[in-house]
Amino acid sequence: MTFETPDDRRYMESHEYAARDGDTVRVGISDFAQDELGDVVFVELPDEGDSVTHDEAFGVVESIKAVSDLYAPVSGEVVDVNEDLFDAPELVNDDPYGDGWMLEISLSDETELDDLLSADEYDEQIV
Amino acid sequence: MALETPPLRDRHAEAGAKFTEFGGWDMPVEFDGITVEHEAVRTAAGIFDVSHMSEIRVSGPDAEALMQRLTTNDVAALDAGGAQYATITDSEGVILDDTVVYRLPESDANGAVGGLVAQAGSPAYLFVPNAGHGDWMHDRWTSYRDEWGLDATVTNATREYAMFAVQGPEAVDAVDDAADVDVPDISRFSAASAEVTGVDSLVARTGYTGEDGVELLVPWDDAATVWDAFAATRGVQRCGLGARDTLRLEAGLLLSGQDFDHESNPRNPYEAGIGFTVKLDTEFVGRDALEAANADGVDEELVGFELVDRGVPRHGYDVTNTDDLVVGEVTSGTMSPTLDRPIGLAYVSTDYTDPGTTLRVVVRGQSKQARVESLPFYER
Repeated sequence: MTFETPDDRRYMESHEYAARDGDTVRVGISDFAQDELGDVVFVELPDEGDSVTHDEAFGVVESIKAVSDLYAPVSGEVVDVNEDLFDAPELVNDDPYGDGWMLEISLSDETELDDLLSADEYDEQIV
Repeated sequence: MALETPPLRDRHAEAGAKFTEFGGWDMPVEFDGITVEHEAVRTAAGIFDVSHMSEIRVSGPDAEALMQRLTTNDVAALDAGGAQYATITDSEGVILDDTVVYRLPESDANGAVGGLVAQAGSPAYLFVPNAGHGDWMHDRWTSYRDEWGLDATVTNATREYAMFAVQGPEAVDAVDDAADVDVPDISRFSAASAEVTGVDSLVARTGYTGEDGVELLVPWDDAATVWDAFAATRGVQRCGLGARDTLRLEAGLLLSGQDFDHESNPRNPYEAGIGFTVKLDTEFVGRDALEAANADGVDEELVGFELVDRGVPRHGYDVTNTDDLVVGEVTSGTMSPTLDRPIGLAYVSTDYTDPGTTLRVVVRGQSKQARVESLPFYER
């Protein structure tokens, strides 16, 4: 089984990705992570305007068989939440890097991105 | 401790299965996704490897007496080939395990008599304790046999047989196609001896999914032949324990060790909503305690509930009333694939067991609205 790990973003050891677009960072979970979880049936996300902190839990993703905390790759304010996931959590499985995204965070400290894994480093971790 | 492995573990891995530890066994939890597998069983057919289930065979002149005195249902009511759901209780009436008791089909032909066939007129039984309970129940049966001076042979046959469940609206036809008996003629909760794709098997019209279907006991070494006859040749969806759990929960069926556990959540059959397995006019360990429990009534009962707010109920979550007073605890919960809503089982105070009653379930510190619902959630 091979998994997609696009190199246009960075990754956490806990399987979240951070895709930078200017001053914001889009957050979701990796292809590997969605496969490990299996069918995602529920996501719990912060509200727009909430603050999240690098390396701290910001939400929960639940598959039929598992409950998993979600960790913020960067600190900042939540500027957008993918509300489509509330009615269609399976988007996390179907398109983890696209329609299955979870949050957009306004970037407050660029150096936090440097702490994250590159695609190659992340691939080595999930082998 | 090393995990026990089903005979086809490597075959399942080649088919892309993911595995999980369950009851000390390394079992496939999913092949193609729990939702896909669940859906196949509700609409067509699926095959599960349930070789982690234990099998205990009981034969000899006092086999019926021993079975009668250690299970709560009325074993004497079984004809050859009959099956019944029962619980195994301790002297306090606490459920140690639940099981299906099969009275083995009988044959007049000496050559045909073996592990899964009894000699005509000599009742012999096979019962199926849950995963990891084989040695425990074997010890229980032999020590009571010796204490009571009964003449019965008790064998832990767990590693003699693979067990497969073929379940779903098309399951009976699929097994019929592979077997040398008329499978549709086997009535619900009974079993027949048959060759399935040439392998001597026990074909039982039982299951754990809420669908019609068949459970097959086949010799351990012939497991691949029978599995392939369905999973490969007939294209029956391979299913893992994940879908087995969502299917049984929709059908309101209990999971030993989770919905009751003699150590962590001791319950009697009345509390667990399976009082129908208790025949107080028979003699068995736990009978007197259960007679008293039946007369006095119980304080808590297992109910089904729907979570009205968004979320997924899980084992161990608190249940409260609308005043936030804890009145129970969730034992099982999931997002129901068939009903597309969150459902669960919980023991609650009998003040709150009427269908429609509003309750609350505490999910990670948040109180979410729930509503008591009559079981089963799903009925075919």
